[in-house]
Amino acid sequence: MSTPAAGGHAPLLEVRDLAVTFTGPDGVARAVDGVDLVVEEGETVGLVGESGCGKSVTALALLRLVEPPGRIAHGSSVRLEGRDLLALGAKEIRAVRGNHVALVFQEPLSALNPVLRIGTQIAEAIRAHEAVSRGTAKWRAVEMLQAVGIPEPQRRAVAYPHQLSGGMRQRVLLAMALACRPKLLLADEPTTALDVTIQAEILELLDRLQQKLGMAVLLITHNLGIVAERTRRVYVMYAGQMVEEAPTAQLFARPAHPYTEGLMAAVPNLEERRERLRAIPGQVPPANAWPAGCRFHPRCPYAWEKCREEMPPLLELEPGHRARCWLVTEPGRRKA
Amino acid sequence: MSPWRLAAGRFRRNRAAVGAAVALAALLLAAAFAPALAPADPLAQPDPVRLQDRPPSAEHPLGTDPYSRDVLSRTLYGARISLGVGLGAALLAVVLGAGVGLGAGLAGRTTDQVLMRGVDVALALPRIFFLLALFAVWDQAPAWAVLVLIAATGWFPTSRIVRAAVLSLRESDFVAAARALGAPGRSIVWRHLLPHVAAPMIVSASLDVGNIILLEAGLSYLGLGIRPPTPTWGNMIMDGKDVLFSAPWVALVPGVALVLTVTAFNLAGDGLRAALDPRSA
Repeated sequence: MSTPAAGGHAPLLEVRDLAVTFTGPDGVARAVDGVDLVVEEGETVGLVGESGCGKSVTALALLRLVEPPGRIAHGSSVRLEGRDLLALGAKEIRAVRGNHVALVFQEPLSALNPVLRIGTQIAEAIRAHEAVSRGTAKWRAVEMLQAVGIPEPQRRAVAYPHQLSGGMRQRVLLAMALACRPKLLLADEPTTALDVTIQAEILELLDRLQQKLGMAVLLITHNLGIVAERTRRVYVMYAGQMVEEAPTAQLFARPAHPYTEGLMAAVPNLEERRERLRAIPGQVPPANAWPAGCRFHPRCPYAWEKCREEMPPLLELEPGHRARCWLVTEPGRRKA
Repeated sequence: MSPWRLAAGRFRRNRAAVGAAVALAALLLAAAFAPALAPADPLAQPDPVRLQDRPPSAEHPLGTDPYSRDVLSRTLYGARISLGVGLGAALLAVVLGAGVGLGAGLAGRTTDQVLMRGVDVALALPRIFFLLALFAVWDQAPAWAVLVLIAATGWFPTSRIVRAAVLSLRESDFVAAARALGAPGRSIVWRHLLPHVAAPMIVSASLDVGNIILLEAGLSYLGLGIRPPTPTWGNMIMDGKDVLFSAPWVALVPGVALVLTVTAFNLAGDGLRAALDPRSA
């Protein structure tokens, strides 16, 4: 199943059957449960879902950063350019982190060390992977600050994180993450903590850097607007599983899974005046008690007998567009 | 401005702490140059019969002791023992405590539990009796052994401070972010953990120096640890206790030196605490 396609072409990132379990006093929670994900070189892919659906844990698991009691289950496979990351030794996986695959977090203040100058922090990120002198690393840190659009990079390099605004800090984090020119950037809610105007600036910067460096981006977010504008393909995650994957245009034109449909209906729309925002009823179930059958059925307006008993597989509607929903086999029930 | 420079500014505004630091610097210099400053050989007994317990004079500015030795010279040489053992043992204790604290905080749960329960037990043992018993058996212990053993029985609180800090820091976002970018373990320890625990470590060490000086003086007073005739403030006070009323300078000079030194270390340590932890000021 995980063999690369014929012709020797392996995708940049190929995740098969990824599962992460957390063992606690309330039993075993399968926070991520059988996730398949592919990112090709240079493309931007969205991973969408609400809080608690497992999207952040998925990102951490790709770099084996899940902390105990979390564990990546046997049978999971994460391949970067064909190399199995889950089989690497501690030293080898450390060499991948930041160097080939970089992760940026959503909290730009707490992700920076308050007692270190930002130039030093970027330099450390470089020195983690390259045997360069402190001086060279500092000089490259200034270059990176310039590349992420920080004015007066020379002066900013000796500043401390608390002396910078939120948007500046996020730029610094990007500079750290991109300092070693990774092939894949995992951006976990990179703009959630920022003002809307700053969000747009950071996303545009990300686009520019992506084109300049030719890297792929996995954009993890709950914000459908961001995904619509910037991604080629989108994965929708719910309750630890992928529930839909499609090229972005198709997903927005013809959402197949009722959860995706609900997410889109929940986005306020300027043209259509509404008294109340439309929300999906209910909540994401806790990860140690996923419902039987389709995990979305308690919240689904179309659910019938089969949904309560049998978990649907990812079913293909059209090339590249798959949904984990029995409606794909019985489209007539959607009207009900 | 760097956090350290800000702290230095706060320290400079604390007059008592600055005064104490200046006094300690002077004392350190006096101890370092004791051979040049001392008017006499601290061990020489020029005339134990006629020159014993003489009051201060031109030749002996702070008098002589029951063995006719020069009290000023002995006090200066005694400062070398007090300061050397005090600073050395405090430093060694901090290094040991930081090492064990880091180990416990970073290692798995089993190692952590073993180390910390060991520390609990060690903290329950009365340190002074342990040292008394030890030096009663080892009656020719050299000064470095006194230093090492005092440090070896004094690092437990530091290890707890460091462990607690490491446990919270290692869950912090910036450590997670550093790991996510492939920072090696040593850079996480040196760059992200130690700078954050440096301030509480410096404070606890500086406040510890005074206690260690008193502990060493107590041992010397009881005739344990560093042996006569090597002058220590503790054994000088013992030499003077029998002549406390006829020749009070014999015990008072080292006694006052001891009180002033310990007070200075405590004031300076307090100043450091206030300067390094803005919340406590």
